[in-house]
Amino acid sequence: MRAYLFFTLKRAGQLLAVIFFGISAAFFITHLSPIDPVDQAVRRVTSRSNFSPAAVESMRAALTELYGTDQPLGTQFVSFWSRLFRGDLGPSLIAFPTPAMDLVSRALPWTVGLLLTAVIFTWLVGNILGGLAGYYQNNRFLKAFGVVAMGLQPIPYYIVAFILLIIFGFLWPVLPISGGYAMNVTPGWNIAYILSVLRHAILPAMSLVLVGMGLWFLGMRALVSNVVTEDYVRYAEVGGVNSRKIVGMYVIRNAIIPQLTALAMVLGGIFSGTVITEQVFSYPGLGSLLIDAVNGGDYSLVLAVTSVAITAVAGAIFIVDLLYPILDPRIRVE
Amino acid sequence: MLTIIKDLFKYNREFAVGFTLVGLIVVFSILSFFSPVDPTLLYVEIPDLAPSADYWFGTNSRGQDMFWQLTFAFRNSLTFGLMVVALSRVISITVGLLSGYVGGWLDRGLMFVNDIFVSLPIFPILVLFYFALRSDLNTYNLALLMAFLGWPFDARLIRSIALGLRHREFTRHAVFSGMSPRKIMFEEHLPYVMPVVFSTAMANMIWAIGLEVTLAVLGFTNINIPTVGTMLYWANNHSAMVVGVWWWLVIPVIIIIMLFLGLFLLTVSLNEFIDPRSRLRRMGG
Repeated sequence: MRAYLFFTLKRAGQLLAVIFFGISAAFFITHLSPIDPVDQAVRRVTSRSNFSPAAVESMRAALTELYGTDQPLGTQFVSFWSRLFRGDLGPSLIAFPTPAMDLVSRALPWTVGLLLTAVIFTWLVGNILGGLAGYYQNNRFLKAFGVVAMGLQPIPYYIVAFILLIIFGFLWPVLPISGGYAMNVTPGWNIAYILSVLRHAILPAMSLVLVGMGLWFLGMRALVSNVVTEDYVRYAEVGGVNSRKIVGMYVIRNAIIPQLTALAMVLGGIFSGTVITEQVFSYPGLGSLLIDAVNGGDYSLVLAVTSVAITAVAGAIFIVDLLYPILDPRIRVE
Repeated sequence: MLTIIKDLFKYNREFAVGFTLVGLIVVFSILSFFSPVDPTLLYVEIPDLAPSADYWFGTNSRGQDMFWQLTFAFRNSLTFGLMVVALSRVISITVGLLSGYVGGWLDRGLMFVNDIFVSLPIFPILVLFYFALRSDLNTYNLALLMAFLGWPFDARLIRSIALGLRHREFTRHAVFSGMSPRKIMFEEHLPYVMPVVFSTAMANMIWAIGLEVTLAVLGFTNINIPTVGTMLYWANNHSAMVVGVWWWLVIPVIIIIMLFLGLFLLTVSLNEFIDPRSRLRRMGG
């Protein structure tokens, strides 16, 4: 138990370091760039209509004060962190004057919901099928599944999402291809809304599942085909333990542990996949928000989304890492 | 080397398919050197022609011959992938071997940095760089950046192999005969990690080209350089699917999938080749 506590503390330290370095890097990348946020904002506003030079100047002064870009970088850095702790990163530009953090917290549930369902489903089903495929190596269905998984796995998220869009948007239009819910339902806890949300989530989730499944399936199949050659499996077989119990209790249970570590390692990548999926299907999550913010030159919103994304991904990895010793009794005893 | 490839061809179906696919695409991209057209020019052909004997892959709405355009696109994307792979291999080999051989606080320090890099969501960070640099984010900068972000997985893998090598007999002999640590790492240990370096290189290339495609499709790179991603960007920009110019999207997508599948099969087969047990099983030994 003490070892577990020590492990948790060490990982928590690492978590804080990742968040600190990641967000600081995001801050310096945006602030050391040759592009001035105030300039960009002013240019964006003035490109739409005619303003008198005096109005432009006062707008520039107001924005400079708002962003504090006239202060030295160190001061800006400190004030950035203190504002971040209060959860206030200033107003966004594309939806002025809504605070950037408000937009982020509105988008966050969509992304978390989509990601969580897709990742858990993919990981569980992929690992179980992979485990079965590794144990029953002559099963035709599982062999065919392996070929399909191998074919889908290397294709980037964008292409898969796009192919789904073409199939279900143009060739066989049965599923909604954009948005988070239908226009004619009122958001809230009613059946119509929930059904609409689920229907709209099918395609984005499917694109994440299709790409992710292969990784777990192939990994697990390889792990299990190593485990089945171990003596204890042969012993259990000779001892007449029924094969379902061998697969579930001994083989998959032993092979699942490295897969959990692998999950922690690819979470960042899966998040990147979500950003793309959301963009393709105009899903109202963090990814779409990030891309809108970049296209709109919205300085504070870009920083807000990146900071939240770094924190969320690092936090998720932390949680997965904590599960690891619980699943592996050998570590718990030490 | 040649006999290895010949053997792999004979006994490993995945390798044969992967090698053929990647080989075809490399040949295809080399054709760009003999291209009769300049890929940066617009409206040099009649736009929106379907694939025919004159225009094998049709022409797009920007009046370009798709066949030659795609040869350039794949040449640029492959070059980009190779740049990222070469640079990130240098970083991961150095970090992995150092961490594994020297150990101690250096190992802990390097692995701490490594863990930070593994946890970072890379895509938002690349988008952030585009946001900051805009048109200054050209192919070379992007390759440098992705190499800098793409080394940690493989460094960890190389480290784990180097850790095992450190306690082997021959390392001790080398130390006693007065070899410098640098020489031990790069002359004694490097050959042992080379197979892993090759197989991870393929995976890294898939990753690099995939991210480039993604960034370009969203318009977050220099969209005037023909790459696989910018091809798709322009196709989307002209709503190729809605207008009915399907070949503008479908043909590039098919070739990209061929490339990724080929690289992936090479990774898989090389991984199997590294493991002597599975290699013997295949050869029926």
